[in-house]
Amino acid sequence: MNLKLDQQTIWLVGGVLALLVVSSLIGWGLSLRTASDQGRATVQNLNARIRAWWMMVAVFGLAMATGGIGSVVLFGLTSFMALREFITLTPTRYGDHRSLFWVFFVILPLQYYLIAVKWYGLFSIMIPVYAFLFLPIRSAAAGDCEKFLERTAKIQWALMVCVYCISYVPALLSLDIPGYAGQNGKLMFYFVLVAQISDVFQYVWGKILGRHKIAPIVSPNKTWEGFIGGVACATLVGAGLWWATPFTPWQSAGMSLAITFMGFGGGLVMSAIKRDRGVKDYGNLIQGHGGVMDRIDSLCFAAPVFFHLTRFFFT
Amino acid sequence: MTKTLLVALSKLVSGANVRWVGCAPEVRQRIYFANHTSNLDALVIWASLPPPVRELARPVAARDYWIKDPLRRYLANKVLHAVLIERKKPTVHDNPLADMLTALADRYSLIFFPEGGRQTGTEMMPFKAGLFHLAKDRPDVEFVPVLIDNLNRILPKGEFLPVPLLSSVSFGTPIKLEAGEEKARFLERAQAAVKALRPS
Repeated sequence: MNLKLDQQTIWLVGGVLALLVVSSLIGWGLSLRTASDQGRATVQNLNARIRAWWMMVAVFGLAMATGGIGSVVLFGLTSFMALREFITLTPTRYGDHRSLFWVFFVILPLQYYLIAVKWYGLFSIMIPVYAFLFLPIRSAAAGDCEKFLERTAKIQWALMVCVYCISYVPALLSLDIPGYAGQNGKLMFYFVLVAQISDVFQYVWGKILGRHKIAPIVSPNKTWEGFIGGVACATLVGAGLWWATPFTPWQSAGMSLAITFMGFGGGLVMSAIKRDRGVKDYGNLIQGHGGVMDRIDSLCFAAPVFFHLTRFFFT
Repeated sequence: MTKTLLVALSKLVSGANVRWVGCAPEVRQRIYFANHTSNLDALVIWASLPPPVRELARPVAARDYWIKDPLRRYLANKVLHAVLIERKKPTVHDNPLADMLTALADRYSLIFFPEGGRQTGTEMMPFKAGLFHLAKDRPDVEFVPVLIDNLNRILPKGEFLPVPLLSSVSFGTPIKLEAGEEKARFLERAQAAVKALRPS
């Protein structure tokens, strides 16, 4: 997996860095001007998000610089952290201990190994077929029947969201797109950027205009104004970045639309799970960001869909 | 070196979120008393203390468990600097309380599990009298309640391979033995102080 550091990659990375410099300056300016307690809290939260974004960009840049394998390792670690947050919040029983050991130390590394060697035929079915059949067998062998179906569902769902779906992000590097060889790093960057910036735009539009709540019980912060503004802005950004992708501007807009819709759906589902478990954030691993899971909820629903759309139409 | 490694490993495996709710981590003589759910408990509390505080803290642990093999002996004696006590059949010569009081007289803090064993269910077991005797003998020492959450899922009783979930260690407001307070009343109050730290 050798990724070329071409002119376009430099533009992409430079653009994101410039954006971060500008937002850091704005955040700093706001922190000087805001007087009310509530406003200060909002600005502090914003600045914490920006700082964490710097961290993510630094880590991501490092992964790109190592040419692919770094990205696989990075997302593997992300999966690991997301998985431990998820299982922590999901009650399992003593009988699941050995199954969980398999999940953490065999299935997760194996999935990322398959991604690293680009074995599409197996990485696309290893978890949904083999792991999903093996884990209930292991739990049943432990002999605890209480809430068996519920526990099995929890473990399978954790694997699905935290490992299988997330692993589709570095899997983008394995796609063989005619005329785009060695440039897949840009495709991955494009995907993460559109998904994350859609979150940011939804947050900003929601803060400025948000009135009508979409699902007040599940996620009080999600409003129609934020959703429409966010999706529109992120789609525009995505369309404007077509030159870094194998897509035409219109195709790129369509892909961005799919990414933002799936991303929104992912955020909604994760909120529902959090409400069900009675927590607001998944943890406090990244400052100001809740947990890892809170940051990647949009990525995990969008990644497999984006991967398969690209694979179907462009390879 | 081994210490640094062990602290890092413990933090990695336990993912412990350390919350100082009722007091600050200070270099002073204290007895940290906690609920006991996993063999990792002593290690994780010890590792969650800041280095200067950790230097003074010695976990009180069951001798029968920690002398079973050379690795455990090494960890208990050389790294954790544990106060190993006989819990099965204490005698006049082998009195756990005396060992603890000696350590306290040497100005050490203790990490102590007043339930006497690991709980298996969801509820804490009643505290044993040891805590009361310590409080009576050493009224000058601060008794800090500590709640360990979720470690029992990381390494349940009877398992030897940990699953790296996230846990939390919460330090509460120190309690004192009131003048003329009875044993049962004090032990109940101590347990309530640990339970009160459970995140809502």
